[in-house]
Amino acid sequence: MTQQRYMVIDVSLCHDCNNCFIACKDEHVMNKWLPYADEQPRHGHRWMNIQRKERGQYPRIDCAFLPMPCQHCENAPCVKDFPDCVVKRDDGVVLIDPVKSKGNKAIVDSCPHGAIYWNDEEEIPQKCTFCAHLLDDGWSVPRCAHSCPTGAIRFYTLEKDAFDSLKAEQKLEAYRDETGRSPHVYYKNLYRYEKSFIAGGLLKGGDCAEGVKVSLKGDAAAPEQTTNFFGDFKFDALEPGTYTIVADGKDVKTVTIDASLNVGSIEI
Amino acid sequence: MGKIVRKTNSSTGGPVFVDVDVDENKIVRVYPMDLADDDPASWVVEARGRQFSPPRKTTYTAYTAGYKAMVHSKRRLLYPLKRIGFDPNGERNELKRGEPAAGGDPNYPGYERISWDEALDIVSSEMIRIKREFGPGAIVAEPSSHHLWGNVGYRHSTLFRFMNFAGITYADHNPDSWEGWHWGAIHSWGFTGGLGNPEQWDLFEDTMKNSTMIVFWSSDPETNAGIYSAYESTVRRRWMKELGIKMVFIDPYFNHSAVLYSDKWFSPRIGTDAALAAAIIHVWLTEGLYDKEYVAERVFGFDEFKAYILGEEDGEPKTPEWGENETGIPAHDIRALAREWAKNKTQLAAGGLGGWGGACRGPSGMEWTRMMVALAALQGLGKPGINMYSTTQGSPTDYDFYFPGYAEGGISGDCDNSAAGLELVYRMFGGEGSRPSPSNLNVSAGQFIPRLRIPETFLEGSIEWRGKGFVGASIEQQFMKYKYPADGFPKIQMLYKYGGPHIGTMGDTNRYALQYRTKELPIAVFQAIWFEGETPFGDIILPACTNFERWDISEFANCAGYIPGSFTQSNHRLITLQQKCIEPLGESKSDYEIFRLLSQRLGIEGPFTEGKDELGWVKQLFDATDLPKITTWDRFLEKGYAVVPDNKIRPRNVAFRWFAEGRAIDTPKPGRFRPGDQVRQSGMQTQSGKIELLSQSLQRFEKSIGEKDETRPPLTQYIRPWQGYHYEDKGKYPLAVLSPHPRFSFHTMGDGKDAFMNDIKDHRVRVDGHDYWIIRINTQDAAERGIKEGDLVRAFNDRGDVILAAQITERVPPGTCHSYESSAEYQPLGTPGASPDRGGCINILSTKKFIGKHTSGMATEHFLVQVEKWEGGKH
Repeated sequence: MTQQRYMVIDVSLCHDCNNCFIACKDEHVMNKWLPYADEQPRHGHRWMNIQRKERGQYPRIDCAFLPMPCQHCENAPCVKDFPDCVVKRDDGVVLIDPVKSKGNKAIVDSCPHGAIYWNDEEEIPQKCTFCAHLLDDGWSVPRCAHSCPTGAIRFYTLEKDAFDSLKAEQKLEAYRDETGRSPHVYYKNLYRYEKSFIAGGLLKGGDCAEGVKVSLKGDAAAPEQTTNFFGDFKFDALEPGTYTIVADGKDVKTVTIDASLNVGSIEI
Repeated sequence: MGKIVRKTNSSTGGPVFVDVDVDENKIVRVYPMDLADDDPASWVVEARGRQFSPPRKTTYTAYTAGYKAMVHSKRRLLYPLKRIGFDPNGERNELKRGEPAAGGDPNYPGYERISWDEALDIVSSEMIRIKREFGPGAIVAEPSSHHLWGNVGYRHSTLFRFMNFAGITYADHNPDSWEGWHWGAIHSWGFTGGLGNPEQWDLFEDTMKNSTMIVFWSSDPETNAGIYSAYESTVRRRWMKELGIKMVFIDPYFNHSAVLYSDKWFSPRIGTDAALAAAIIHVWLTEGLYDKEYVAERVFGFDEFKAYILGEEDGEPKTPEWGENETGIPAHDIRALAREWAKNKTQLAAGGLGGWGGACRGPSGMEWTRMMVALAALQGLGKPGINMYSTTQGSPTDYDFYFPGYAEGGISGDCDNSAAGLELVYRMFGGEGSRPSPSNLNVSAGQFIPRLRIPETFLEGSIEWRGKGFVGASIEQQFMKYKYPADGFPKIQMLYKYGGPHIGTMGDTNRYALQYRTKELPIAVFQAIWFEGETPFGDIILPACTNFERWDISEFANCAGYIPGSFTQSNHRLITLQQKCIEPLGESKSDYEIFRLLSQRLGIEGPFTEGKDELGWVKQLFDATDLPKITTWDRFLEKGYAVVPDNKIRPRNVAFRWFAEGRAIDTPKPGRFRPGDQVRQSGMQTQSGKIELLSQSLQRFEKSIGEKDETRPPLTQYIRPWQGYHYEDKGKYPLAVLSPHPRFSFHTMGDGKDAFMNDIKDHRVRVDGHDYWIIRINTQDAAERGIKEGDLVRAFNDRGDVILAAQITERVPPGTCHSYESSAEYQPLGTPGASPDRGGCINILSTKKFIGKHTSGMATEHFLVQVEKWEGGKH
């Protein structure tokens, strides 16, 4: 099998610098890369769409960003529904033909991630190409990955088996792929965007209680942790549900969450 | 697409490769530089059993990544323009500036296209007329900061050379990003060579080897990139995190560095940082958690300071409970922070660069910086792993290799108004074949004005202030008093605005619109690249090109001057030939060429150019540096860049170690005290040679003026902020806005201009086809006002109104908002200077008041406002 193109995005390393978003525009605005892609409009398209998620309440919060290009799915709805206009190459890259797709706005709606954009002027659907014109010209990575300063976006050209091992080893996940579209974009630390946390601080005699053993029980158990020098604990990657915080072996608080929660300070 | 050729260039956001379509005179792409295999090897640092070496690649920022869209923009000025209604020989219609007359050029409303000859003739004949009719000092140049990048083209270089030979004076820049350090911390330890900022030499290795905790205080290196160094230090902070170094963030906003690294975040009420510091110190003093021996030997005024902290003078001990009342941070957290800080080998990252930026630019900036010095001193500043280090500088490159920064004056050699006199002027100008251009006007015995008071120059006619420009020659230089008009000089008749807008970057900036709407200013000339900001107030507009359309030379992140060793931010010392990538667009010209053409008409072309074009000056500068030791001019021209080899044998003398160990200063020369600064060549630059928590220079100042300065007392202390939570007008304007340096743009570079950046979700928000500037507001404050994500809001106070898009967030606590400074757009909905701006110049709402009574520093980093939903013109 031909070597496949994969992108891996580590959510915990992205801090929304937007280099990828701008590098994508730099590559595709004012430049025609036919037959791969026509020019991207100067404004409006987000071939690399960075989504923001804040979790928790002041002051115990965190912030995650999910850079979201076309997922280059193995079983892409756009390829399935519009086989004359959209092709999946042997290396896994999904490309929309800028000539054949002219006027076909339905292609935009076929993407469950909203990753296909309509170009009003040219009347064509457009999206991330993995910079296939550059890959075919010898570049090892697309512009977004090349511009990323934290290493959050990595690009691999691998046999499928090799990537599957990488996937298992690094615990990579697909983004909301309940129907088995099987993307070529995978995420690391996706819980930072998709799941919730319960955080708080323990006090003993009015001072921050460092070194207290804390655990969580209820709808799911979490491994025991020890409070830091501010008496803080944080249980992450939780599903919505009801949880009891246990400190020093005693139940100290029970909460029901549907999103991340800062339970505040708890005197023990 | 035509033939594509790879060139090199650079900007404040990093050096880049530029692929150019030479047939179509168009930039195809701009991207970071992968080092070649034959470039010199990178440094290696060993720490805690691991080896660390940087990626063989440069980094860049979003605005540099999108530079193509600024070069090829419909907002570019492509030919000279004259304001309709402006007749230099008749009616000038000064009061109509900023209100476009009908019937003008469709691309530039209110203006008509004129030829270069006509434009240059008007400007030069006005210059000659003004000199003959009024005398010297009646023409003032007003450049922006960080206009373009390059040692030849920078304002200290080409502009100064023209200005000084043409007899034009200057609107001096204040130490705009040092402020609190300059007016405050200088009186604690000197360091006038860094305007009060601490030295940072070799602190990266010291931290990796020795530190166990870093407190980032008003410090967001992932946003401000130190300065100019893009994401060079990002990998280094990640290594620190991997080594288990704890990271605590103190910032009203949960900033972008905190997003990546924070183990704990504190958001003090805006302006109360010094109170938090005092409460931390109270814990140290009462629990014995400070370096007593160090303090006894190296700190002056400790007893008085201790008495203040313990409340022995004012009856108010600065306990954690007192701190909680001032700052809003729980007393138990303050105690935990104080104890953990003292227990660890802790680096204090105060400001984003080792000083600089953030809280130092606010109304409480002087108290904050002096308290930061106190914190560092009490823990033994300079001992292994304990220092004042912002993690952005101190990369272990070759400190001995000489290549200048832009602040070293380039082709001007102006030793009064740049750092040319440190080294470059002697290397650059032989005297016989080539000569520098000293100023006869922009010197303390001439006439000049402070940039922060340009509006008053015209609107009030006279001003008085203390401190000329960057005033870094001595501690006392900032006390000197000046006035405009200076004795024997006329009033200013021409404003020559050069570079980017000021209306988005100064304080109380409706003033910067109003300054044009007066007959006291007979002519305003703009030399600009884009039709933006206050450019549409100019009478004559001369279209300049970007540094992608001319030759220049520069080093990554190297400005030198008052940021000594700024190049130590980069992982490799990388020097770029800034190639002329494309021909200037339209009829635009390089700044050098515009000045050359004016010089012809003023009879000074010979001294100005010495027969050289820009590439000729680039070559002269190349020869004045150490570059010929590692490459040849021909190789440099061909390759476009050079990497300075690692220097394994240079001494690793860590910042402040000499002071902690009581030795003579041994860190690299730039930024060091000059022989005359010290007594017997030992200790700090202060009178005592120690860190002065009770400042003798401020005591002397009070004595000399015969009054107390309640805005800057000699004893380091907290003063309740006059623009923050305890401000008396709080009822009317209950929200405090934090307004730091912007994240994506560099001041106004990158913003507006129909550039890509306007599409960044966290930069501007598009509503009904207009891109609005963002204000971040807490969930609770927004709910109380019926404001939802993306709503348009009006932020206002007595100084004006700005229309903004709301972002609802928990990244600020209730009562605090956040909105970056530096909008490039100014779009008043009615009369310029007196109506709501929907361009996003939040600085309209900031104060013009100086940071201290006897200073001329800006205090714009925070201010009070009210915010309400904007229904569009119904207010």
